[in-house]
Amino acid sequence: MSDWLEATFAQQRPRAIAALTRVFRDIDTAEEAFADACLKALTVWPKDGAPRDPLAWLLTTARNAGLDHVRKSQRRAAILSRHTEEFQRAPTETPDPDEMRDDVLRLLFVCCHPELDQRDQIAIALRVVAGLSVDEIASGFLVKPKTMEQRITRAKKKIASNPVAFETPSPAERGARLGEVSLMVYLMFNEGWSTSAGPKQMKLTLCEEAIRLARLLVALFPAMGEQSALLALLLLQHARRRARIDADGKLVALDDQDRDLWDRSDIAEATGLLQKAQRIGHRGVYIIQAAIAAAHARAASSEDADWTLIESHYAALHALQPTPVVKLNQIAAQAKLHGPQYALKAMEVVAEDLTTYRWYHAMRGGLLQETGDHKAAIAAFETVMTLAPTGPERVVIADKIAISQKELRGV
Amino acid sequence: MIYAITIYGEAGVFEALPKDRQDEVMSGHGALQTALKDRGEFVSIKLMPPTSAVMVEPATSEGTAPLITDGPFAETKENFLGFYAADFKDLDEALEYAKMISSPVARLEVRPVAWAGGVISSE
Repeated sequence: MSDWLEATFAQQRPRAIAALTRVFRDIDTAEEAFADACLKALTVWPKDGAPRDPLAWLLTTARNAGLDHVRKSQRRAAILSRHTEEFQRAPTETPDPDEMRDDVLRLLFVCCHPELDQRDQIAIALRVVAGLSVDEIASGFLVKPKTMEQRITRAKKKIASNPVAFETPSPAERGARLGEVSLMVYLMFNEGWSTSAGPKQMKLTLCEEAIRLARLLVALFPAMGEQSALLALLLLQHARRRARIDADGKLVALDDQDRDLWDRSDIAEATGLLQKAQRIGHRGVYIIQAAIAAAHARAASSEDADWTLIESHYAALHALQPTPVVKLNQIAAQAKLHGPQYALKAMEVVAEDLTTYRWYHAMRGGLLQETGDHKAAIAAFETVMTLAPTGPERVVIADKIAISQKELRGV
Repeated sequence: MIYAITIYGEAGVFEALPKDRQDEVMSGHGALQTALKDRGEFVSIKLMPPTSAVMVEPATSEGTAPLITDGPFAETKENFLGFYAADFKDLDEALEYAKMISSPVARLEVRPVAWAGGVISSE
């Protein structure tokens, strides 16, 4: 029985913690109060039946539990007197959707504190909003639990020293917060995606939690195309999780993946979300990236993909995000359309900016291999090896070097 | 009589369950679908999460087009998740089949269908 309840608690947690943080003006008190309410639910719900509105039940119970904590604590008594009005509001009523939306956004935004580095922002969001244990987060980041514990404690202190105002944000402020939070969710997914390869079992927790948070953003902001697109983008990428690693734990490039292993229900949901996002009209970075991922998802094989469309999407993305890495991706699409020679020439534009970017050299090696220049290909792959590739990447590159060496011996 | 077995629940709770619990729920659906297939035509629909929905609101005045909005806005309560429909002997039989997919994440409603067209027809 408790599994079902735990799933409900997990689902309610972001909204509950957000509303309780507004009430108590303190994340730790909110977390304690929510934990107390869940504990009570574990004994009451199986006996009396689950309430029709679990969030309202948990909020009321948590508010009372939190109030008890606060009353008992001298330090917090001062807070209580400042916010009596909040405490005296009708306790059974769920906050109205607009207020709830700003509460959850604020809580997520607090995690994106500018003084925290990116990984700590992600870690704190996983702890506070998603409710993951320190052990779970540590294993997602491939660090020791003790290290993660210290990082989270430090991050919480920084957050507490520089609180975010509780007033309703202006539309511009809300938009800016949503942008920051969306980026954090996107990076959370990428963090999971990049640590999830290897001989050990894939670490997908971060990816799954990022998708859950992206879902939450869509639920809170259904009219925002970029958030629907972000969810679509993550789902499209996540759909490939079973295909990107082979039986030996080796990374499989997109071109070589067995597309029958792609998760069709993820792709279908993403397609629906992307169509909704595109209807809204605005073309932001997530919509374009999701459109690219969708073009891959539609194709039965890499050769079947509409590379003209993909190339034009990258051109549009480059107009919004004129970075050398986006340019490199555009050139990768051009390679499919115009061949490796064309792409190698085009790559010269970004060569200087990307001298230490290992994917630049890996792509160059692959293209040189296609043209038959195996000597130069080996040199490019050897450069990749000097740029700190991850274990799984190292294996892939070593394979490619071996192929070129074999070709050279054969000639 | 055609009965609809409609499923309500909170979107996202199923996804938050551990894998073996999800499999438990899905095996109920598998069993129901096999059982329904054995006795004739049926319809089964699982909707995507409500966040993927677009609303078509009635026109506000005569001569104007219906209003398309990107709602539904932040709902935390129960959502309509999907349904089955099939021709059953009677209510008791429909209830027997509905029990196959009962789980703590879903509230089921068994309701007679007034009219149906398509694969299963009330004509």
